[in-house]
Amino acid sequence: MTATTVARGRSVRSRRPARAGGLTLASGLGLGVAMLWFSLLVLLPLAAVVATATEGGWDAFWRAVSSEQTAAAIRLTVGTAVLVTAVNVVMGTLIAWVLVRDDFVGKRALEVLIDIPFALPTIVAGLVLLSLYGPGSPLGVDVANTRGAVFLAFLFVTLPFVVRTVQPVLAELDREVEEAAASLGAGRFTIFRRITLPALAPAIAAGAALSFARAVSEYGSLVLLSGNLPLETEVTSVRILSSIENDNLAGAAAVATVLLAISLAVIVAIDVLQRRVTRRG
Amino acid sequence: MAEAATVARRPRRRGRARRAPSRYVLRAIVAAYLLLLVAWPVSLVAKNAFADGLTDLRAILEDPDVMHALGLTVRVAVVAVVVNTVFGVGMSILLVRYEFPGKRLLSALVDLPLSVSPIVVGLALVLVYGGRDGWFGPALEDAGFQVIFATPGIVLATVFVALPLVIREVVPVLEEVGVEQEQAAHSLGAGALATFRRITLPTIRWAVVYGVVLSLARSLGEFGAVKVVSGNVLGQTRTATLVVEEKYLNFDKGGAYATAFLLALVSVACITVVSIIRPRTSEETTP
Repeated sequence: MTATTVARGRSVRSRRPARAGGLTLASGLGLGVAMLWFSLLVLLPLAAVVATATEGGWDAFWRAVSSEQTAAAIRLTVGTAVLVTAVNVVMGTLIAWVLVRDDFVGKRALEVLIDIPFALPTIVAGLVLLSLYGPGSPLGVDVANTRGAVFLAFLFVTLPFVVRTVQPVLAELDREVEEAAASLGAGRFTIFRRITLPALAPAIAAGAALSFARAVSEYGSLVLLSGNLPLETEVTSVRILSSIENDNLAGAAAVATVLLAISLAVIVAIDVLQRRVTRRG
Repeated sequence: MAEAATVARRPRRRGRARRAPSRYVLRAIVAAYLLLLVAWPVSLVAKNAFADGLTDLRAILEDPDVMHALGLTVRVAVVAVVVNTVFGVGMSILLVRYEFPGKRLLSALVDLPLSVSPIVVGLALVLVYGGRDGWFGPALEDAGFQVIFATPGIVLATVFVALPLVIREVVPVLEEVGVEQEQAAHSLGAGALATFRRITLPTIRWAVVYGVVLSLARSLGEFGAVKVVSGNVLGQTRTATLVVEEKYLNFDKGGAYATAFLLALVSVACITVVSIIRPRTSEETTP
């Protein structure tokens, strides 16, 4: 009762209907149930990972993370993810550009292709890549059990992220500014660099963050493709799984905490970037 | 007015295309990239699945263990989608329509499951619900309820990984339509439930459908998290994606490709449905 009165009073003062009201009894109850479920399913289990990782103190944590095999896995994962993200920034922006600004027969088919890596089960994705880039490849390219396989798998699963974050921003972009620049004599490249790119930058960065996070956490597509050779093609997720299978939950939790820290950093980065995007718009 | 503008712009755009061969270069690069990375490899799975005609497909469809795995996968996915749809729609309405402390933090945390490694998801669930030394596991087991290495664990893992998908679709639509219609309904005497059913639900209908289809594809295909929590027991807790791995590693490539083909078929069908729905929603929302 008081909440609605306060909300109504505020909306009258600002002469605009309030976008969001305070909690009523029913919505408060709903929030409680939702939070309970979310905590039991997501927050508590993730907290358990961090708690288990820090149980043995800083030394045990550091020993688990910095062992030769684990450190090599983390280096490979993060390094390849950076490389793949760089490729996605270029190719993703290019694909978004073609999908928004160009018009040709078969564009709808390309749209569907972009989303396939997101919907395809990761184990199937590994099998899919293996059939073209594995032993007996029709192209004569065999990257199975090499670091090239890790790169390829990351590239496949992260394809949609930059495209899908840049596409709507590019579609909303006001073309009159570009036309004005063109009428003032700016070349196509200058227009892209000085006008289009700055407007797209936050979206590209958000897409890059998502694609980096996805690559770092990838597991399924690598199982059949990379061979999981220690020190060579073993990524962080595989390392965690082998710790779990060896009943070393504390060691697994320590490495998992490193991945969680990366995921959290990415979430924060995207949140900051999205606020910048909305402020612009 | 808007029509006149598009008509006026179209000849100009076509004129520029004729002057710019770079457009065709870009088009060719994008097409080649997507062909090599997605289209060709995916089509090869279909080709490999039917390498011996229908033999492999028939073999897996007649294998009771594979059929059990497919059935389990479908059952788990349906439960996960229902849970995530109810939670997702409720959470979206709370996040958009109400003001409460910690809202921004919650809205960021809800996205977390998308960027957590599936293996970490599995590990996290084992640490809390594991029967031997999880936080709640032993107590639940004493009460006769096994979570890890049983179906409830598979459901939890699947719900976890697909959690944000409905929310991410519904929240932008709710933000865009605003609250005027809902307030009007309220002022005309409609209760909260009637307002939701008559006003809110129709406006977010397509976003919910879109989120459900994406969640379904994601739930049917979950592999890493399920692998950790399921125990992978043949004929009991082995899901379809685990069958693909198992068959491939046991040199039954035909069976692996046939099972993979079934999974790929469903996910490509989901994506195609979504791409058919998508333009219709944008037409509906743009005035």
